[in-house]
Amino acid sequence: MTVVMNPFVVLSLIIFLPAVGAAVVALLPRQSEEQMKLFSLAVMLILLLLVGYLAINPEPARPGSATAWDRGRVQHGFSVGWIEGFGIYYFLGLDGINFPLVMLTALIGVLAMAASWGIREHVRAYCALYLLLHTGMFGVFMALDLFLFYVLWEVVLLPMYFLIGVWGGPRKEYAAIKFFLFTLVGSVLMLVGMLMLYFNSDLRLLNEAQLQACFIDPNILTQAGNQPIHTFNMLALAELGQMPNSPFARELWGQSVQWWVFILFMIGFLIKVPAVPVHTWLPDAHVEAPTPISMILAGVLLKMGGYGLLRLCYPVCPDAAYELAGLVVALGVISMVYGAFAAMAQTDFKRLVAYSSVSHMGYVVLGLGAWSLTAENRFIRDYWAMGINGAMYQMIAHGITSAGMFFLVGVIYERVHHRNLNQFGGLFNRMPVYGTISMIIFFAAMGLPGLCGFIGEFFVVLSAWRYSPVVAVVGASVVILTAGYILWTMWRVYLGAEYRGPHPEDLSPMRRGEVAIAVPLVFLAILLGIYPKALLGFMSPSIRRTVEDLGVWMERVKIPQISGTDQAGEKADTASSAASAVRVSQKEHKMVDRDLQPLTGGVPSVSQRVMCSVSIAPNEHWTAEGSKPANESRFISARLINDFLRIRYSRLRTFGCWEQLQYQHLSATWICGNFTGQKSGAKTEGMGIPYPGSRQSHCGCPPGGDEFANLLVATSCGNSLQRR
Amino acid sequence: MNLDQLIDQNLRDLVTVSLPGFRVELILCATIVALLFVRMLVPRWSWGPQGVTLAGAVLAAWAAFWPPILPEPAFLFGGVLVQDDFAVYCRALLALFLLLFAVFTWISGIPGLGSATEFYVLSLAALLGMCLMVSANHAVIVVLGLEMASVPGYAMAGLLKHRRESSEAALKFAVFGAGTAGIMLYGISLIGGLLGSVHLPTMASRLAADLPQILAEQPAAAAVMSLGALMFLVGLAFKLSAVPFQFWTPDVFEGAAAEVGAFLSVASKTAALALLLRVTLLFTAPPSATVQAVDAPAVAASAPAVFSTISTPNSLTDSLGTPPATEAVRNFFVALLTVLAALTCTFGNWAAYGQQNLKRLMAYSTIGHAGYLIMPVAAAVALSGPTPEAAKAAVASALFYLVIYLFMNLGAFALTAFVRNTLSSEQIDSCAGLIRYQPLVAVCGTIIFFSLLGLPPLAGFMAKFSIFAALARAELWGLLAIAVFNTVLSLFYYLRVIKVMTLDPVTADSLPRQNLSNGAKLFLLAITVPLIVFGIWWNELFLIAEKAASAVVLPWGAYSGLTTRIGL
Repeated sequence: MTVVMNPFVVLSLIIFLPAVGAAVVALLPRQSEEQMKLFSLAVMLILLLLVGYLAINPEPARPGSATAWDRGRVQHGFSVGWIEGFGIYYFLGLDGINFPLVMLTALIGVLAMAASWGIREHVRAYCALYLLLHTGMFGVFMALDLFLFYVLWEVVLLPMYFLIGVWGGPRKEYAAIKFFLFTLVGSVLMLVGMLMLYFNSDLRLLNEAQLQACFIDPNILTQAGNQPIHTFNMLALAELGQMPNSPFARELWGQSVQWWVFILFMIGFLIKVPAVPVHTWLPDAHVEAPTPISMILAGVLLKMGGYGLLRLCYPVCPDAAYELAGLVVALGVISMVYGAFAAMAQTDFKRLVAYSSVSHMGYVVLGLGAWSLTAENRFIRDYWAMGINGAMYQMIAHGITSAGMFFLVGVIYERVHHRNLNQFGGLFNRMPVYGTISMIIFFAAMGLPGLCGFIGEFFVVLSAWRYSPVVAVVGASVVILTAGYILWTMWRVYLGAEYRGPHPEDLSPMRRGEVAIAVPLVFLAILLGIYPKALLGFMSPSIRRTVEDLGVWMERVKIPQISGTDQAGEKADTASSAASAVRVSQKEHKMVDRDLQPLTGGVPSVSQRVMCSVSIAPNEHWTAEGSKPANESRFISARLINDFLRIRYSRLRTFGCWEQLQYQHLSATWICGNFTGQKSGAKTEGMGIPYPGSRQSHCGCPPGGDEFANLLVATSCGNSLQRR
Repeated sequence: MNLDQLIDQNLRDLVTVSLPGFRVELILCATIVALLFVRMLVPRWSWGPQGVTLAGAVLAAWAAFWPPILPEPAFLFGGVLVQDDFAVYCRALLALFLLLFAVFTWISGIPGLGSATEFYVLSLAALLGMCLMVSANHAVIVVLGLEMASVPGYAMAGLLKHRRESSEAALKFAVFGAGTAGIMLYGISLIGGLLGSVHLPTMASRLAADLPQILAEQPAAAAVMSLGALMFLVGLAFKLSAVPFQFWTPDVFEGAAAEVGAFLSVASKTAALALLLRVTLLFTAPPSATVQAVDAPAVAASAPAVFSTISTPNSLTDSLGTPPATEAVRNFFVALLTVLAALTCTFGNWAAYGQQNLKRLMAYSTIGHAGYLIMPVAAAVALSGPTPEAAKAAVASALFYLVIYLFMNLGAFALTAFVRNTLSSEQIDSCAGLIRYQPLVAVCGTIIFFSLLGLPPLAGFMAKFSIFAALARAELWGLLAIAVFNTVLSLFYYLRVIKVMTLDPVTADSLPRQNLSNGAKLFLLAITVPLIVFGIWWNELFLIAEKAASAVVLPWGAYSGLTTRIGL
């Protein structure tokens, strides 16, 4: 399909078609309940088609990348002025971080609407509110302007309050107002944080290329005068937050502005996620809400919190995120453990599923929080990217499994009107299809390898290992707890010989419609378990892009800060090395015209710092620049570097940044292992590299060849790498 | 200049400048006279008062929204009134309210035949006073306008003669109002005596220029000045229902009819806030020192030299620089307004929680919103020195909030009135299950109350957001925290009303006694739709508010120092 639809039309349609549909439904005559439900279902199906269209129709690929999603940039983005008085734009866009969530919303929306066929009272109001809810949800994920994001975030509140409060269970009013209250508290805190960001932002600090990338017209710089141009543009805020002299680093009551903003945003999003200790609204809301609303609440609404963390907290406030990583990880782990234990104690089926949601979303928080910093302050981007991939994958997988679980609970509740786990049993015999489907969905929730829940949990735990092994062990142990309550539940509900509860005669097999709702979930649970690339193909490039940006920030801003304050005796070198570290930018290929001075041997201390910045320019001219601390001596052959890089350059040119890093890493070790360079032809005699604390290896290369490689390997994009 | 020339000049000024600029008020006066004549000549005309009022309101609104024919700012009646963008905006708002009010009272049926003429005469007279308040340029006009706006309200509150609560409300209102008016007058006399003038711009310039000198001569002047300012603000705080002068509000609102509540909560708050803005910004950002009347209108050129006491302050810098006296005044006002706003907001929202009567709840909600309205004034005053542009945005946010507040509050009181008509009760619990019988009313009521709470994407949130933005810009973080906290606090009582209307089942008490007329439903819908529309398209309105704000933040530099012809 090569029809290119205007992004403004398509994205606005996705957001506002439900609202229009709600208005239409509100005007339909009261008696036509079936028509109302059909109409709403039709609207949701149209949305699913639109989203599907976007999935298979990304923007045309630019030369140099395989598909457009590989770039990880914002696609179908557009920005239109909305409230000029405040610089608010109607700015929507899709990238790998929000598009999977949009797909999830569309899918769960259709399924939940189909599951709403059992609603008999006030159908008109139900359908109208249901459709209005989707306006908010789609908008939250697609909005890239912070004010628009906030407004649509709160649009979700009103329909949700009524959907729980009118069609809910026995304690519906209590659950509804608790939900409303908690979310509103989080929202107003977000509002304060938003205003803090807004009034400290200044678009004049960005250059033209950056403004273009943020979909901002560079001409506004000319109209500014000498007043700062404030912005709500999320991409621009992320750029401003990651600048070396970020305007958000301003002091405010002892901490930087971005620290406060991170705290405020974090509380707001963690209420939504939900993380312990602000999770208490969730069990009540989930239990009292009707089945389709529980599906949406668990499947989509909770992801809004995780999305907000990833989109707003980390890129815009990296400094605070780094400092408070421990707090976030702790909250995630506590949520995981507490949710699992609480789930084990439940006798209400739905409440058990609600607590399992708390536990699973703890994985998301853990995955996002674990900045994988090792003891030597070297930032291993790969692990953090893995963590975020895992967190996002877990969000999608949890959306599928929890929606499925709630639906299945609803199926049985509709028949026997109770949810007491001690009064079930033997459902496999009476309802075999139901039992099978339940088994798959519940195992997927448990994280059985081969089903969707495993991938996310695995990635998160692996990334957490790098951060702290204790945390990873705890995370892995939670799997045991999860297995505990899920298997126990399945045993109590599905296995056994007989059904021990009321209304045994109502246990009819699943109807075709119900099977039709459950089958897509089962299919996806299996597909995403055995072919994760289906989802990772969308997510990974954008996540990698985010992680790369933050990695650059770490190197340019944070590590100089950390190392600068640690080294007492090398202030001068710190200053010069910090200065030259910051100067080289990622995107530029600059030529640095000084050869690396051969450094005579000596025994340096471990705490010395060498900085080596290597650039590769297209014409294969290279130089390396380093600084020699006063009492340190290190001998690195310039020629070695030259040859090595020149040979490898043609291969390196086609890779993205990270691949280059890895490749050079491998190549350097390989060179060291092959001193004569038979395979590569690299001339290595005359190197004479007395490396600090060296023992003579057979190749004369410094021991710990990978250390040397890391030394060499500032990436070919021109970053500088510091090491202690 | 002799007497003949003086009279000539005054007449010319009257005919060419003052009367054309005063046309809205003149129309109101004509309507009052027409009402009295209609009552006298055609007493049996059942919808006579309503019709005449509506016609007058339409004319007044037309005159108010018509572009002004005088260059702005214009000084009317020798400088006691000023017509600038700000006054025009506020007066248009008041005229719009009058129009909606006339329609509202016609539909809701109060006042009845017996007291309709009195009711409308009183409300038009009060509105006339409010129009004077928003364009006041002289302290005497401030008092005059305040009194004209308040006194008819005392009588309107006691309109329902057969109810004891009404009489009690009227008495409380009158006693309270009289007391605060007296205090305000005393405060004005103190300041006027110290500064030697009661013409507001002159007072402001003299305060900025001569305060060090005055303090040097009489060290007690600082205390006297602060006392005078506080007393002056007492009158305004009374009108705004600001703590600690809010005691009259719940009783008056509960005792009076809902229509009167609508009038008091919307129109008098608008006028009071406009006056507060004007006065505080005038004293904290006084007119510029340069008295070269470059584009002076005919008024300035014809000002007789012997009677004009143009002040040439000697130590003023231009409007962007701040003499230390102004700085001190600014800090004083910021502190005062901050405390006032914080207390008012918190008290209103806290006390509203336990209310059972819908009108009393709305009274406390009005107090809470008055607190929100005072906050941007504090922000504007804080910003008016260093960054007038940002102060302009703060004032604009207050003006924008007033528009949204008009619709929200009028809608809430209209709901109360219609519920009273259908259910014969004003208790919240009697609205239980309203959505079953009157779905449109319940849905509109839900939207109105959510807008009062400040929930996106309704207009109430946009208005609150602009206020919060002003606070954040002025870095009044404590006030912002209090405002945010109060938004959450207000959730409880607004949501309770909504919950009762929509979630609670219908009880025996809440069965409707009468049907609601189509006109009522249409009116409610017409009031609710702007809350949704302005929630999305509020840019133009905000820009208009900014234009109005620019008149009062960077006051008329070229016309500074012009005093009244009377030479006070």
